[in-house]
Amino acid sequence: MATIELQAIAHRYDSERDAAIGDVANPFAVNTLDQCWPDGGAYALLGPSGCGKTTLLNIISGLLRPTAGSVLFDGVDVTARSPEQRNIAQVFQFPVVYETLTVADNLAFPLKNRGLPKLDIDSRVASVLTMLGLQEKANLKARDLSVDDKQKISLGRGLVRTDVNAILFDEPLTVIDPHLKWQLRTELKKIHQQFQHTMIYVTHDQTEALTFADRVIVMHEGSIMQVGTPQELFEKPQHTFVGRFIGSPGMNVIPCIVDGATAIVGEHRISLHASLGSDFKSSGLQNTELGIRPEYVRLRQEQGLPATITAIEDVGKHVVVRVVVAGHELKAILREGEPIPQQPKVWFEPGKINLYQNDHLIQAAE
Amino acid sequence: MKTVNNKAWLMVLPAILLVGLSAIIPLMTVVNYSVQDTFGNNEFFWVGTEWFQEMLHSQRFQNALQRTLLFSTLILVIEIPLGIGIALAMPKRGIGVSVCLVLMALPLLIPWNVVGTIWQVFARIDIGLLGHGLASLGVDYNYTQNSFDAWATIVLMDVWHWTSLVVLLCYSGLVAIPEVYYQAARIDGASRWAVFRYIQLPKIKRVLLIAVLLRFMDSFMIYTEPFVVTGGGPGNATTFLSIDLVQMAVGQFDLGPAAAMSLIYFLIILLLCWVFYTVMTVSDQNASSNRGRIG
Repeated sequence: MATIELQAIAHRYDSERDAAIGDVANPFAVNTLDQCWPDGGAYALLGPSGCGKTTLLNIISGLLRPTAGSVLFDGVDVTARSPEQRNIAQVFQFPVVYETLTVADNLAFPLKNRGLPKLDIDSRVASVLTMLGLQEKANLKARDLSVDDKQKISLGRGLVRTDVNAILFDEPLTVIDPHLKWQLRTELKKIHQQFQHTMIYVTHDQTEALTFADRVIVMHEGSIMQVGTPQELFEKPQHTFVGRFIGSPGMNVIPCIVDGATAIVGEHRISLHASLGSDFKSSGLQNTELGIRPEYVRLRQEQGLPATITAIEDVGKHVVVRVVVAGHELKAILREGEPIPQQPKVWFEPGKINLYQNDHLIQAAE
Repeated sequence: MKTVNNKAWLMVLPAILLVGLSAIIPLMTVVNYSVQDTFGNNEFFWVGTEWFQEMLHSQRFQNALQRTLLFSTLILVIEIPLGIGIALAMPKRGIGVSVCLVLMALPLLIPWNVVGTIWQVFARIDIGLLGHGLASLGVDYNYTQNSFDAWATIVLMDVWHWTSLVVLLCYSGLVAIPEVYYQAARIDGASRWAVFRYIQLPKIKRVLLIAVLLRFMDSFMIYTEPFVVTGGGPGNATTFLSIDLVQMAVGQFDLGPAAAMSLIYFLIILLLCWVFYTVMTVSDQNASSNRGRIG
């Protein structure tokens, strides 16, 4: 296990060899970034497809040599080292198993390659088989297993090594059936709590990221937008992208004019919980936007901004109502059974408003 | 009452007619010849299995069969590993791919008798590049006199002509392996051999089976090239079953024995192909019982 540090890492795909692994359209897959992930944590790299998260993961595992910068494990520069030398385990999107080998031989494979004594191998394999609940399938051929069992094997090949520095996951549950996804994620969480491996989990699914990780790194177009706990990402998105990306539906972001402790949307004034500093005023607040989660938007009979309802989507446990306020579309989440007013007035819960300038947070919610 | 749509028979009729005319009826005439004898005038006598017995006991047939089996064994032993090796060494991306594929495909496009002629000239000691070259180097090489030289020439010619087929089949299997398998192997610290044994070989097994079957059948039935190069000589050194058969049927006009031989020949190919296929597919299924044998 190790603390993983990235120093001024940047990567672009231009050589032919690298192009095969990633996407060629975007010249810089990862823009210059610094990150430090302390030992034993569970981290998630979250972002839409093509945002560079897999590239970053491959840089950490050593499958990819970054164009610039260095990777440090416990303060030791490992940029030039191979994945094997870095002692990394990686689970891929599509389960990789050695098809002609049995489940037990698959798990023994990395240990045998490292020349461990047979007795050690057998005891490690046996304990991992128990951990993953694969004891009864130990002597089956790996290719005869279901896709979720295969994915367990590829996870097991990481767990079997006691000296592993970190376990990396590259969208490991994409091909798994939904009801098994939940189960595997819980097992993963349990394994993390039990063994405290440093785990980095790449996904585009926010539910996976937010339930798995203590800290989530949100990426967009090769840059890190925000690093934080699931709570912070939800309440105080640092960037409008994070606000829109996290949550279902994402945060409402509407242009506004800020005047002291008031935000002006169209002809309506919304009071903020605190006034912006005078330095903001003097610089002239341009391109300011107001961000509010649909969870904190209320529809009432009176008092608020007049709105027109354009759509009502019942998603089961709650109702998403789309309204238009002063020419801007907003989404509000109402609890199931909550009455929807005929002539609704929109009201924002006080203290839940984030203010953005040029997409960056300038005043956070309480 | 259940109605049966007999129109379906009409649909398969052309296929039945085609197969009947091209395969079944000629085969049946061969079967017919193999159990009869004739002294001309279109008069035939029933002889039962006599030709088959005579053929199986004949030294000439057994020698030709042994030569053919040896030839096929040599071809498989050389071409299959060589083909896999070349396929592994071929580039997976870039301009090199098309260059290699064109070079590999070239020998396959040349007609059999042209290949024979090329090598016949190539190996001649008076004007051939190979034959004359070896002679000037002081090597005592003469494929028209020395049995070993004749064999070496024919085997080399077949390797040159057909290894490409094995290469192309294996290569198609290799490029179909997703990159992620190699990445996982790097992370697991797998050696080059382990990557081949546990990733590449299982993935090319099916195309390899086809390659083995094709190469076996073709080499077991080889006729044109040795006929052009050595004509079955020196002596009977390169008289394979097919050459022997033609000599018997066309040269000596022994229709009965030739027909019996044809059928035996056909059954041997069928049997050996079945054995190859079974061994390769069954060994695949049984591999799971052999635990604890890695790299």
